[in-house]
Amino acid sequence: MIEQLFIEGLAIGACYGLFGVAVAIIYKTSEVVNFAQGEMGMIATFVTYHVLVVYNFPFWLAFLITMVFAMLLGMLIEICCLRPAKDPNVLGLIILTLGVEMLLMAIAGWKWGAEQKDFPFLLSVRKTHEIFPGLVLNEWSMGVFALSIVIMVLLFLFFRFSRLGIAMRATQQNVNAAKIMGIKVERVFSFTWAMSSLIGAIAAMFFAARSVLDPNFMMEPFMRAFAAAVLGGLTSIPGVVVGGLILGIIENFFGYAWPEWKPIVAFVVIIIIITVRPSGLFAKHFIKKV
Amino acid sequence: MDMKRNYYEDIELFSSATILVWSIVLLVFLLTLPLYLPSYNIYLFNIILVNIILAVGLNILVGYTGQISLGHAGFFAIGAYGTALIMTHLHFPFIVALIIAALIAAFFGFIIGLPALRLEGPYLAIATLGFGLTIMHIIGRWEIFGGRMGIKTPPLDLGFAGSAYSMVIEGDVKIYYLILIITVLMVIGARNLMKTRVGRAFVAIRDDDIAAEVMGVNLTIFKTMSFAVSAFYAGVAGGLYGFVVTFFDPFTFNLILSIIFLVMVVVGGLGSIMGAIMGAILITYLQYDFLKNVDELPYLGAFLVYISKQWFTVIGLANFSNIALGIIMLAIVIFEPLGMFGIWIRMKKYWKTWPF
Repeated sequence: MIEQLFIEGLAIGACYGLFGVAVAIIYKTSEVVNFAQGEMGMIATFVTYHVLVVYNFPFWLAFLITMVFAMLLGMLIEICCLRPAKDPNVLGLIILTLGVEMLLMAIAGWKWGAEQKDFPFLLSVRKTHEIFPGLVLNEWSMGVFALSIVIMVLLFLFFRFSRLGIAMRATQQNVNAAKIMGIKVERVFSFTWAMSSLIGAIAAMFFAARSVLDPNFMMEPFMRAFAAAVLGGLTSIPGVVVGGLILGIIENFFGYAWPEWKPIVAFVVIIIIITVRPSGLFAKHFIKKV
Repeated sequence: MDMKRNYYEDIELFSSATILVWSIVLLVFLLTLPLYLPSYNIYLFNIILVNIILAVGLNILVGYTGQISLGHAGFFAIGAYGTALIMTHLHFPFIVALIIAALIAAFFGFIIGLPALRLEGPYLAIATLGFGLTIMHIIGRWEIFGGRMGIKTPPLDLGFAGSAYSMVIEGDVKIYYLILIITVLMVIGARNLMKTRVGRAFVAIRDDDIAAEVMGVNLTIFKTMSFAVSAFYAGVAGGLYGFVVTFFDPFTFNLILSIIFLVMVVVGGLGSIMGAIMGAILITYLQYDFLKNVDELPYLGAFLVYISKQWFTVIGLANFSNIALGIIMLAIVIFEPLGMFGIWIRMKKYWKTWPF
C-alpha cells in the first residue's frame, strides 16, 4: 500500500514538477512570476479538444497544432503585454500577468462555455498495468514519467549546448551585459515565453486527462505547481522537479490519511517552507539587489 | 502637489476652504441620496461603500507599505462570517460583533505579516494567495460555518437581540446610512493614520526597507502592523458586506475576488486614499451595473451578440465583464501606472498652470 501511494504521489508530483519548470523558466530569465501560466495551458488544452472533437483530427496532428499554438500564444503575450510596459515594478508585473489570466479564462468561457468536458487523451488513468507484483501503475503515470525525463534531458542539453540556451542563461545573469555581448534580449524573452508556454501546455494536457476540462481546471494545479517550484527554489530547474516530486508525495500521503484536507496541504507546506527558507530548498539564498 | 509650509498644514484634514466646502456638499449629497434614487441603486451604493472601505485598507498595505496581498478575500471572509456568527450565536449588538470580527481578521493579518518579514514580491504574493485559498477551504469544510451551502445573516440589530434594547435595522436605505457613517469614519481614520508617525514609517518601508531600518523604523512592528490594520479594514468591510447581501457561501470569497480588490487599488492609484476610493467606485460600478448585462448595452451589445453568434457562444457572453477587467488591468499597467489618481493630478496641474 505504501509503495502504491508513493508511486502515485511521484507521478502527480512529476506533473507538478513539469508545470513548475514552465513557471521557473520564465522567472529565471526575466524575474516575472507568470500567474497566467495555468490559463495559457488551459487555452492550449481547449485548442486540442476543439481540434479533436470538432474537426476530428488524429491525435498526433492535434498535438502538433497545439504545440505551435502554445508557442505563438506565449510569444504573443510577451510581445503585446510584457514588452510595452515600461520598467514595471513587481506589483505591476503581477497585475499584468493576472490581467492576462482573467482575459484568457474569460475568453475560454466565452468560446467553450463553463460546463465540464471529458478530455480525450491518449493515455488513460483507468488503464492500469501491474509492473511489479503488487505494484500497479496506470498509463497516465507512465506517460508522465517518460515525458518528464525526456523534457528534462532536452532542457539540460538545450541550456548546456545550444546558442539560444546559452544566450538565455546570459540574459538571466545580467541583462545589460548580455545586450553588450550582442544578444537580442527581447527576442530571448519572447522565445523564453514560447518555450515555457509549450512545456506548460504539455503538462496541462496531462492535468486535463486526470480531471475534467473547464475554464477553471488549471487554477488549482497551477497553485500546486507554483508551490512545488517555490519549494525547490524558483531559480533551479532540477530543484523545481524535486520540489514537485516531494509535494506530490506529501500530498498523496496526506490525502490518504485526511482526504478532507487534501486541497490545502500544498498551501500549508508552501507557507511553512518559504517562511523557513525563503529561497527554497535547492536554490542559493537570494541576495537582495540594493 | 501643493506646497506645505509647516507640519500643521500637513496634518490638517481640510487644507483649504474650497476643499471644506466641497466636502460638505459631497456629504450632503450622500446623505440625501436615498431620496432620489431607486432601491436597486441604493444596493449598488452599499456595495460600493463596502468596497471603498476595503480598497482604502488594502491601499494602506499595498500602496503605502509596498507589500503585496492576494489573500484579502480571506480577511473579508473572516469579517463576514465572524460578524454573522457572533450575532447569531452570542446575540451581541452589531457594532460590537463587527469590531470583534474585524479584530479577529486583524489578528490573522498579524499572523500573515510574520512571514512577510522575510518574503517579498512574488513569494509574498503566493504566500498570501495560499492563505486566502486556505481560509476558503476551511470555511467550506467546517460545519459551524454552514459548509458549502453558505449562511444567512441574522437581522441587523444595533441593540441586544431579543431584549428590550433591540433595535433592528431593515431595508437597503437604513443599512445605507449605517454603512455611510462607518465608511466616512474609516476613510478619515485612514487619512489621519497616514499623517502620523506610523503612516510615515509605512511609507519609509515602501520606499526602501533597509534605509528605513537604518533610520530606526522597527520593521517587525510596522510591517506586521500594516498587515493587521489592512486586515482590520477588510474585516469591517466583510462584516458590512454580509448584511448587504444577506446570504453568502465560501465561493463568494474566491481568488477572483482577491484579484478584483487588488485591481481596485491599482486602477485607482497606489498610495493615495482618493485613488483607492475612485478605483473602488469604478470597478464596482463596472462589475455590478455596467457590465452585468452586456448584451443590453447600446451598439456594443448588439455587436458582441453578433460576434458571439459568429465565433463564440451567446451563453458565454457573461464572461465579457472579466474580459473588460483583464483589459483594464493590462492597460493601467502599460499606459498609466499611477492609475486614475495620476490622471487626476495631471488634469489638476494642467488647469492650474493653464495658459502655460
